[in-house]
Amino acid sequence: MTTGSHDRNALAAYLDGELPADQERSLQDHLRSCPECAAEIAAQVRLRRAMKPAATRFAPGADLRRKVQGQISPKRTAGSRWLWPAAVAALAVMLLAVVWNRESTLGNQVFREVADLHVSDLASANPYDVVSSDRHTVKPWFQGKIPFAFNLPEFAGTDFTLLGGRLVYLHQQPAAQLVVGAGKHKISVLIAQDSSTLGSGLPFSGGLAVRDSFNVETWEKDGLRFYVISDAEKATVHRLAQALQGVNG
Amino acid sequence: MDRAFFEQLAMPLFDQLYNHACWLTGDRADAEDLVQETYAKALKGFGSFTEGTNLRAWMFRILRNAFLNSRSGLKQKTGYLEDEEVGTDESVAHEVTPEALFLASESQEAIFSALEQLPIAHREIILLCDVDEMSYKEISQVLDVPAGTVMSRLARARRNLRATLGAKEAVR
Repeated sequence: MTTGSHDRNALAAYLDGELPADQERSLQDHLRSCPECAAEIAAQVRLRRAMKPAATRFAPGADLRRKVQGQISPKRTAGSRWLWPAAVAALAVMLLAVVWNRESTLGNQVFREVADLHVSDLASANPYDVVSSDRHTVKPWFQGKIPFAFNLPEFAGTDFTLLGGRLVYLHQQPAAQLVVGAGKHKISVLIAQDSSTLGSGLPFSGGLAVRDSFNVETWEKDGLRFYVISDAEKATVHRLAQALQGVNG
Repeated sequence: MDRAFFEQLAMPLFDQLYNHACWLTGDRADAEDLVQETYAKALKGFGSFTEGTNLRAWMFRILRNAFLNSRSGLKQKTGYLEDEEVGTDESVAHEVTPEALFLASESQEAIFSALEQLPIAHREIILLCDVDEMSYKEISQVLDVPAGTVMSRLARARRNLRATLGAKEAVR
């Protein structure tokens, strides 16, 4: 498309706002010095303006609008007043369902993240940023890496072994993941600052639950959210959770 | 599927779709059927509509496909052949000077009747571009053709409209 030689299509594309920037500039220059093209563009502008009323030439009737609206809107039965209380109740149930569904979806997301972190740790060749069987090595390692502090129980003399820890992100927030061995099982402990998404959106309000064959225990204490997740036995998970609760708060 | 969400997005297009349907069919009863069919189909297919993409283009496309399969659409289908094969006599359109075009634009009636006389392919693309103010990209989505085809068809359609308007001006 050339713009130098009275190109009507280029003028039209210019009015459509579809001309590439460089062509637009050269066309503007050309228009200043070419009376033919200036007249042409004036006529095109005029025609377009005269065509605008075509946009509202045909207005739909109220009947059709009602019909279409009735066809697509969430079922309302017009004209039967006795149905209103039922409709209101149904709406309330729907709203509840939507809210509940939204929250449980959020909760499921968080849970899935927790489970993914645990599984990815099990599968990883380098599962820990810090390797230690000693809580005095692991805890200081997190200092400055996460915006909170937590306590670890003494594992010596228990059937738990602290294997290591790593910095992870849970729901876009930094979190500490500690991996604790219990016999042949590994247990992940995730600690993050509690937020409404982590807290209220949980699929289970707290305590012990079984999800996707993992045993999970979660609780909130002093602004921190704890998750303990493992394929180890419920009782084992619960014992570790209690040990952690004992030293935190 | 969320009917309320669909309603919220789709109802603001109601007037525009109806107006377009009238221009396509030339008949209010046919247009009413077409609009109802469009909303029913859009509601059914809303699950496949990707949020964030252009709902207007999507709905216009549904309307168009419904039109092409309707009785009044089948009758006008030759209008698409006319676009590709016959085209317009370039020399006639060329004779219509900017001055003549300027004069012809004075009469609303003349413009409406010229639009009505255009073959469907030309009427449709001019309406989408100049009346509904769609971008070439949107138009290419509605018509399901590449952007290059939009540009060439639009050029032919405008030439045709100009010739039709010029012819009217000449007999006045």
